[in-house]
Amino acid sequence: MSGNIKLMQGNEACAEGAIKAGCRFFAGYPITPSSEVAEILARRLPQVGGKFIQMEDEIASMAAVCGASLAGVKSMTATSGPGFSLKQENLGYASFTEIPCVVVNVMRGGPSTGSPTSPAQGDVMQARWGTHGDHPIIVLSCSSVKDMYELTIRSFNLSERFRVPVILLSDEIVAHMRERVDVGALESLEIFNRVKPACPPEEYQPYEASPETDVPPMANFGEGYRYHITGLTHDESGFTTQKPHKVAELHERLHRKIENHKDEIIETRNYYLDDAQIAVFAYGSTARSALRAVREARNRGIKAGLIQPVTIWPFPDDLVHQVASQVDAFIVPEMNLGMMVREVERAAHGQAEVIGQSLVTWELFTPAQVLSKIEEVFNWITSGSTSDSKPSRTSGALAAATE
Amino acid sequence: MVSGIGCSSRAPGYVDFNTLHTTHGRALPFATGIKLAKPEMTVIVVTGDGDATAIGGNHLIHAARRNLDLTVVLFNNSTYGMTSGQYSPTTPTGAFGTTAPYGNAEQPFDICNLAEAAGATYVARGTTYHAKVLPNLIEKAISNKGFSLVETITQCPIYFGRMNKIGNSVEMMKWQKEHAVTKKQAETMSPEELADKFIIGELCHKTKPDYCELYDRIIEKAQASIK
Repeated sequence: MSGNIKLMQGNEACAEGAIKAGCRFFAGYPITPSSEVAEILARRLPQVGGKFIQMEDEIASMAAVCGASLAGVKSMTATSGPGFSLKQENLGYASFTEIPCVVVNVMRGGPSTGSPTSPAQGDVMQARWGTHGDHPIIVLSCSSVKDMYELTIRSFNLSERFRVPVILLSDEIVAHMRERVDVGALESLEIFNRVKPACPPEEYQPYEASPETDVPPMANFGEGYRYHITGLTHDESGFTTQKPHKVAELHERLHRKIENHKDEIIETRNYYLDDAQIAVFAYGSTARSALRAVREARNRGIKAGLIQPVTIWPFPDDLVHQVASQVDAFIVPEMNLGMMVREVERAAHGQAEVIGQSLVTWELFTPAQVLSKIEEVFNWITSGSTSDSKPSRTSGALAAATE
Repeated sequence: MVSGIGCSSRAPGYVDFNTLHTTHGRALPFATGIKLAKPEMTVIVVTGDGDATAIGGNHLIHAARRNLDLTVVLFNNSTYGMTSGQYSPTTPTGAFGTTAPYGNAEQPFDICNLAEAAGATYVARGTTYHAKVLPNLIEKAISNKGFSLVETITQCPIYFGRMNKIGNSVEMMKWQKEHAVTKKQAETMSPEELADKFIIGELCHKTKPDYCELYDRIIEKAQASIK
């Protein structure tokens, strides 16, 4: 099936992956470093009979994406930090009313306007908890141009399958990098479309789900199923309710539909873990440097391994917990001041040391920086892991700044 | 039918359509997505003065500018009723609200002028008192292929009426009757006579290509480019 190899930019791969997934609506607002996704889809979508609209702001873009998806068209938007913050209210609406949609966030240095043309990984918690209230969400993380193609498709599939917004995180490096993508080899990727109701319109309860799936079948607007959707707490009928047991029932189901299907949702890439003494946990573009560092460490006789979570939310608790029982230490390099490291600590549950490595210069981690941390941790472990000499979380940032 | 948040926006709960009760101020962009995805659907947006001209003001002018084929029925009661009577962008200068205890220092919007200036192709104003006229205005608005807005002056006796000593619902509707003038009547009146009046009826009706029609041409061009 291969033979269609293209040199693509990350944002371009995202746009082409979206078309492949069946996306036919994009609403967005210009923002660096994600604008190419909009520019390419403005050209490509009408070619395939889809529509592109540049809305008046980020908030409106998210709302239009919800509206188009409800009318039966697979929809997406792409943005970056400040725009991602503005989308949060309507992202919560999509999560609570179970509207399938994809939001691409190409991370740049923040907070605020920050560093628009530089990579960062400071939005991993906003991606999980950015909207108010407890809510289900799925977040994937790209580390290559191929990922931006393939994971855009996977994001659409997951959003249609679980009726949940899916956040696809990238960063300025991955989004603007050009790499070869064997599009032909990805041709056979399965495309999933939302399940429609099997019952006649008069029997349709828009939020009634079977206990096996916890995902209600979805009738699109304008197909004869007339029903109500509200961002107010609602029961199976779609109308608002304040009955305590109905309120709880809804929240529990929304939680279960993700929690009970984590096996299907969580994807990680595991390298050299079998005999690893030190496991690096790295996501996004950082994982690229981490993999090179792990290989170099092995060349130097250090048994290092790598967990690269493709799905970062829900967090791969079980894998980290299991790996924690066999390694001495985790190293978590990330382009922020320590976000996912706390999740690794939580999942490791005291079975292994967890050491963060922060880089906030808004430059890409180099393999040498990760390797030096692996060696530092290795030396610390082999000299008895005394607490007063434990490698510090921010030493990587300081090292980078003084280089 | 799509709505935002507020007293007006509970209306979709009472009609047997596909109904969407969205977030505060955002009914128009939600409706934009629906209309672009399924242009054959008739999309009506029910909103209020706070929803559409304060938090959603940007969406109102841009939806009008695009001349997207949507019909907006905007309930204007000059206050935020649902949150208990704060002043809104249409509260008259000097009127009282729970956040204007000394009288409102701001100038109100003329929503119809705003919509027309932004590019709406059908604009009308009605009241709850003139209940027989209102359905005709809404019907015409729906049949206009383009952005249509019907501002409807409504009464909020609980907050606006009470705080401004206008009285109960009946008295507020009497106020509507006494302060509404037709376009024709307005033409014969002096600016002084018109100072505390508002004009009802059809205020603007133009023909311009709507957004979906223009976008269909884009699709044709784009598809021709790859043939």
